[in-house]
Amino acid sequence: MDDPLVIAGHEFGSRLITGTGGAANLTALEQALIASGTELTTVAMRRADADGGTGVFDLLRRLGIAPLPNTAGCRSAAEAVLTAQLAREALETNWIKLEVVIDEETLLPDPVELTDAAEQLVEQGFVVLAYTNDDPALATRLEQLGCAAVMPLGSPIGTGLGIRNPHNIEMICSRASVPIVLDAGIGTASDAAFAMELGCDAVLLASAVTRAHDPERMAAAMRSGVDAGRLAARAGRIPRRYWAEASSPGRPMG
Amino acid sequence: MNVTINGQRYELEEGATLADALERFQSPSRGVAVALDGAVVPRDRWRDTELTTAATVEIVTAVQGG
Repeated sequence: MDDPLVIAGHEFGSRLITGTGGAANLTALEQALIASGTELTTVAMRRADADGGTGVFDLLRRLGIAPLPNTAGCRSAAEAVLTAQLAREALETNWIKLEVVIDEETLLPDPVELTDAAEQLVEQGFVVLAYTNDDPALATRLEQLGCAAVMPLGSPIGTGLGIRNPHNIEMICSRASVPIVLDAGIGTASDAAFAMELGCDAVLLASAVTRAHDPERMAAAMRSGVDAGRLAARAGRIPRRYWAEASSPGRPMG
Repeated sequence: MNVTINGQRYELEEGATLADALERFQSPSRGVAVALDGAVVPRDRWRDTELTTAATVEIVTAVQGG
């Protein structure tokens, strides 16, 4: 596998992690997941319906995509820990996307509850991928607590506003020793490419694909965006200059 | 006895187990997890975990999200 993404010793060929929220139906979701090339996809945990099915779980199984359960909707460490324990039991995975938000309006991570939950879950043997603010200090804290990946937001969930503080994302990436996944805020393929150019190891997105006019096509665009950004980051961009620098030598007439 | 399963009240016989509650709720057995009074009960203990009256059972599964 050329240039794999490695999280907790597990290799992934794709650097695009997708979510399943917001898809109109399972058929549209299936087409988008295949087009994205993803190997890891988030699911939420909710009350089962009486006599209900387990459609998304079966779909991921059939496509050979690893499920990454999340703690979406949790507002406290206690809630998040219980949700993670339920997810481990239901999906037979100890991986968890830890998400603890402060309120519905911003859906921004609550740093106090987040670090509390991260510490408990790492202690209980979970592989914790922590959704966090674009704060280099908090990212460092989460890494020190033993999170397997740190996932800063580009902008609030579902806004599609892209990366509002590129400098912070760059700082987080530059000194991290665990994978950094840009999670939330991606609107279009150039945002995904930009995240990778800033040094992120992967991108996690959902709404940008599932709520696009043509989810399958946008999934393919995101896949290309992530690949292009990764290649550019490894290739090394030219330095920015104030004045022009000709790419052709001299002048035609002497 | 009365138990609450995912927010709805059900009448179960005395001595009913967590497995009986899942059956009564017509829950799929794969891809779900169960909490009894706020604590997770592993699948291999559903059959021998007896319920008491007013027990609260939560059955959760993976749905689209995130």
